[in-house]
Amino acid sequence: MTTPSPALEVVDLRVEVDYGAHEDIVDEITFGVAGGEVLGLVGESGSGKTTVGLAILGHTRRGARIARGEVRIEGRDILTLPTLERQRLRGRLVSYVPQDPASALNPAIRIGTQLDETLSEHGFGSSSEERRERILEALSEVLLAADDVFLRRYPHQLSGGQQQRVALAMAFANRPRVIVLDEPTTGLDVTTQAHVLETVRDLCEAHGVAAVYVSHDLAVVATLASRVAVMYGGRLAEVGPTGTLFRQAGHPYTRRLVEAIPELSGTHALVGIPGTAPRPGHRPTGCFFAPRCSYVEEACREAQPALETVAANHDVRCRRHAVVLRDAAVARRSATPVPEIDVEDALVSVNGIDASYGARQVLFEIEFAVRPRECLALVGESGSGKTTLARCVAGLHDAYTGAISYRGLPLAPGSRARSEDTRREIQYVFQSPYNSLNPRKTVGQIIGQPLSLFFAAGGADGRRRALEALDRVQLSSTCLNRYPHQLSGGERQRVAIARALVAEPQLLVCDEVTSALDVSVQAAIVDVLAELQRELDIGLLFVTHNLALIRTIAQEVAVMSDGRIVERGEVDTVLDAPRADYTKRLLANTPSLEAALAASS
Amino acid sequence: MSDIAVVDYVEVRPDEQQRSPWRVLLSTAWRQHRTKIGLGITLLLVGLALFGQLVTPYPPDQGVEGKLPFAPPSGDAWLGTDNLGRDVLSRFLAGGLSVLVLSGLATALGMVLGVSVGLVAAYSRGKLDDVLMRSMDVLLSLPQIVFALVLAATVGPALWLLVIAVGVTTMPRAARVTRGAAVEVVERDFVRAAEANGVPRRRILLSEVLPNISSPLIVETTLRMSFNVAVVAGLSFLGFGLQPPAADWGLMINENQNGLTLQPWPVLLPVIAIALLTIGTSLVGDGIARAAIGIERGRTGGE
Repeated sequence: MTTPSPALEVVDLRVEVDYGAHEDIVDEITFGVAGGEVLGLVGESGSGKTTVGLAILGHTRRGARIARGEVRIEGRDILTLPTLERQRLRGRLVSYVPQDPASALNPAIRIGTQLDETLSEHGFGSSSEERRERILEALSEVLLAADDVFLRRYPHQLSGGQQQRVALAMAFANRPRVIVLDEPTTGLDVTTQAHVLETVRDLCEAHGVAAVYVSHDLAVVATLASRVAVMYGGRLAEVGPTGTLFRQAGHPYTRRLVEAIPELSGTHALVGIPGTAPRPGHRPTGCFFAPRCSYVEEACREAQPALETVAANHDVRCRRHAVVLRDAAVARRSATPVPEIDVEDALVSVNGIDASYGARQVLFEIEFAVRPRECLALVGESGSGKTTLARCVAGLHDAYTGAISYRGLPLAPGSRARSEDTRREIQYVFQSPYNSLNPRKTVGQIIGQPLSLFFAAGGADGRRRALEALDRVQLSSTCLNRYPHQLSGGERQRVAIARALVAEPQLLVCDEVTSALDVSVQAAIVDVLAELQRELDIGLLFVTHNLALIRTIAQEVAVMSDGRIVERGEVDTVLDAPRADYTKRLLANTPSLEAALAASS
Repeated sequence: MSDIAVVDYVEVRPDEQQRSPWRVLLSTAWRQHRTKIGLGITLLLVGLALFGQLVTPYPPDQGVEGKLPFAPPSGDAWLGTDNLGRDVLSRFLAGGLSVLVLSGLATALGMVLGVSVGLVAAYSRGKLDDVLMRSMDVLLSLPQIVFALVLAATVGPALWLLVIAVGVTTMPRAARVTRGAAVEVVERDFVRAAEANGVPRRRILLSEVLPNISSPLIVETTLRMSFNVAVVAGLSFLGFGLQPPAADWGLMINENQNGLTLQPWPVLLPVIAIALLTIGTSLVGDGIARAAIGIERGRTGGE
């Protein structure tokens, strides 16, 4: 063939909700992926990227159905096939790697048996010897030990990274033509993530597999994909080569997304996108992005723009793409320098903490101090003990020895043993705002609890204080009567921060507060926290696994590994000239948009 | 019963998501036919039991003049007479109140005790949890009827005793359901947040945990209610409830069982009523359970 037809072609796909009004979840989705190519499908949560990913397998979630369009795999439209036949294609012609590998593997069946089932189900190989050979091959392709000991293991005996590799081996086992990866590295550490990404790229290249990589993490996508499709409000906003898209995007939304990505070098300020992505049934007429767009003009609000080709391989759905494109390359505003801190007595100091869960010790001889108005970033991978440490400080974990003192006075281990004032002055913001707000209470009741507890403030005074806190985190007063499920993830996290703020804290312990949120929302939350630190003189203990974030917010950093602090110092010093090997490795494995773009050009 | 497996559920409509949790639950439950039918049946029988005694054609505890025992239905006694020549319709209309009130009180008592035990067990964990739940298991191993019989045999038949007996045997089942649902909730971060601020334990249980297990508890209440209606009627049948000559559905079945072939109405009518009341409350419970699961799935259903 002279012009190879793409291995995967999606033509004018539309997925609708399956009841009442025929509202679309996604519509007008058209793209192609060649064999060996990785297409990144990015967007905020609710943009419909997972819906498109599943539709490529001819599948939808309960409550949705594919209303129109074609999904051609090697020229064959799989949507027209009968259900049974389509099911047989899954895993053979097209396969899927889910976000959570633990949910893809059966916990009661050995790895070897599961892999064998994947093959025999699709009639791969004529004998068990032949299948066994392929299994060992598949395992070594994903860099796992290809021996009997490994095959006899159960999923729970593997680490998260190993589980994800097994899921990859399973997906690649039948040598599919198309593979859909749905944020497969979200739950993994940066080091593991780097390995998995490399494996995916190598396998796709080696076997000519067309891959669609669904993710909200643009830095990861930039590292992996050669082309990127940006989704917004269930439509493709922009499709183009990775380098072009991230350097010279034609859609304002793409530009804003890029500006929201934190960068290790810390050379730019994080800029969030105001507002939230529209959900099905709540989309505006005209361009869906218009309400949040800085390029908006009257005509944008009247009719939805079409996807236009602006250059070879580069399509943009924006009326004003010419203007957007003419603007300078994505301008990343430089960061406001993090304020210097005068040397002062520590607000909180931690001296020789050893902590354990049951018989297992998770923290060893931890020493650090947070000064007033200072932000200390506590960085480490999952399992490093950083959350346990944060919980010890906040009085949520009391099985430790050693001393934590607050303003020079020793703190009792559990929060109930501490004085009311220290409980009030040390406030904790949890990782997942989906879990930290009582779903049966309104925002007003949630924020009202610490108010009535610490200040006996109710009625008009309580309301005034609550509104003040909401205003600080940039939420409107209408939120007071809402329930958490009526808010977006970013709004929920703001409510959680407001709940901590009304207590008038001196130290805010933030445990991975942005890890459950979209990048655009993450940028806004970090912005809010930095402002609180500046204006209210609050000390921050900022726990994160994302090294790229810390330069924008912290003055000091402590790097944790296996329950110990391996390196501690000023942020610039540690990031620019790391001394510990562990820090160096962490830095090298952190996906970076800048590095990926530099490498590609 | 508490161990009914709910295999299906109803979807929550997105437009309903924008309301308060209570309204979402109730409106989703209401969209199902089973809830409507169940509520209809339940209200009909509750109305009958509450107001029936006001419209009895004859005094329920006195014989109808000129009627023999087990007289067949006729113009002046529409459903005939019972073993002592009393009007069946009047006794039926007057006999529901005791069953309803006794089983209602017993269910309320059992739920309050059981929910308290379950909440404390789930929140405390450790030894207290073990002690509480193992003692619930001991109670659970005693059949409800036998437990009540033993109590009545030692103290003598009394209505308060019947309420206590049925209430106490309802408690362990309620405690188990409560603990099972609450164990997950007490692990969530909003409970940690309240603890970090030093909110008193009782307030954490009542204002953070309890509202979040309200759906399974509502379901459990309706199921326990339907079960207790049968138990209370059974105990009256055995003679541990209202004493003759008072009108009571359980008692009616007992008194008239010998005349079943001559005059089936005084037995059939209370049997049908008890069955319908049981079915009605179960249907309502089932409808709410399906709605609750649908809401749960909708929330956790990804983006």
